[in-house]
Amino acid sequence: METGLVISIVAMGGLGAFFAVFLTVASQKLKVEEDPMVEKIMEALPQTNCGACGFAGCHALAEKIAAGQAPVNGCPAGGQDVADQLARIVGVESMKAKRLVAVVLCRGGNAEAKRSVVYKGDRTCAAADLTGGEKDCAYSCLGYGDCVEACNFEAMAMNENGLPVVFFDKCVGCGACARACPRDIIEMHTEDRRLFVYCRNRDKGPQAKKACKVACIACRLCVKDCEVEGGIEIKDNLATINYELCPQDDKPTRRCPTKCILFGENERITSASFYAGGMQKVSGD
Amino acid sequence: MKILLVFISAAIVNNFVLTYFLGICPFLGVSKRIDTSVNMGLATTFVMSLAAAITWLINHYILIAFNLPFLQNVTYIITIASLVQLVEMFIRKSSPSLYRSLGIFLPLITTNCAILGLTLFAALREYSFIESLSFGIGAGAGFTIALVIMAGIREELEFADVPAPLKGAPMTLLVAGMLALAFMGFAGLLSV
Repeated sequence: METGLVISIVAMGGLGAFFAVFLTVASQKLKVEEDPMVEKIMEALPQTNCGACGFAGCHALAEKIAAGQAPVNGCPAGGQDVADQLARIVGVESMKAKRLVAVVLCRGGNAEAKRSVVYKGDRTCAAADLTGGEKDCAYSCLGYGDCVEACNFEAMAMNENGLPVVFFDKCVGCGACARACPRDIIEMHTEDRRLFVYCRNRDKGPQAKKACKVACIACRLCVKDCEVEGGIEIKDNLATINYELCPQDDKPTRRCPTKCILFGENERITSASFYAGGMQKVSGD
Repeated sequence: MKILLVFISAAIVNNFVLTYFLGICPFLGVSKRIDTSVNMGLATTFVMSLAAAITWLINHYILIAFNLPFLQNVTYIITIASLVQLVEMFIRKSSPSLYRSLGIFLPLITTNCAILGLTLFAALREYSFIESLSFGIGAGAGFTIALVIMAGIREELEFADVPAPLKGAPMTLLVAGMLALAFMGFAGLLSV
């Protein structure tokens, strides 16, 4: 009896000791140096892996920030709060987070854009784009809401005019909607930009005007009204704002005949204003 | 010949997941994407084959030699846990992204009943060393097959029009049941 006890204790102890030694050696050989800072940064990040920072997920960004290869305000989705937290973790002065906001550059909804075909296919923009969609304008919003579907932050919705709207307060700037849009109507812009040409139509003036009431007809009035030379240019029959030069005010918008260049329009719509009393018409006129 | 039969039996006919219902936890947990499930299957196969070999040695040269068969469960668990630790360290070193995608299911291989079941079955059926090893590799292959089939179906299910009340876990369990039903077709083919 007693020898059995001794033998089992020795056998179990021996096995345990053997595996302990074996694992110790293995852990020395297979050691991974991980910066404890990476873990702390990970905790502060939103962990949605949205990819807005340009790295392969939150963990990749955390590694870059810990290594000093990315700025602490590198997470556009996290905004100022996360930037401040990260600055505290890394121990550098906090920087102003550059908040990006999605802007839908088309105002040709069901009321404004001319439609001459009926589309009965799959109700996604990606599918509709293959056939050209319902609207005459080949650059317009298709209106099936792929962007709204792509948004993970409930920051977009379709309005009653069949156009997507971005809630200025909710948008975290991840760019998922811009990637989902087959016609590249949605662009990501920093918050300080307030003047936009809400049209992507590159057809000649009369043709654009025929397809949509609010198209840019390349009349050059905004180009002339811009205070800085070269602030706005006409490229491919489309007014294009040079944000490096163009002052952000409403002067270029005043004489626009189709009201496709607007100032501060994108900031008007918040989720509260959109959902208060049903939907709000996005069209300015 | 018996080696081959043991292998096929463990891999397909008496599939650990689909006929013994062992190792259901990773089967449902890591079967969302094919590539992750393949890697999980490979990690488990590695642990299974090593565990089969090492536990055979321990069983024969320590437990049976010193008449200590009552220590079987405890020693097997220690062995499996150590092996999983080794695999975990190795994966963490060689592929950090795989390490993160397997997540908690990697250390959970330790308590994967398919592996303990495998070692206990091998001892119970008094397999030889080579048979044990073949049993381990076969069980691992079977586990991988089940996981990959499940992941393939679930990837397709993402696009399927599943009725709202069945979305997610209920549908997964229904699919698992049907898969088990399909594997019942092999039942009785071999009796090893």
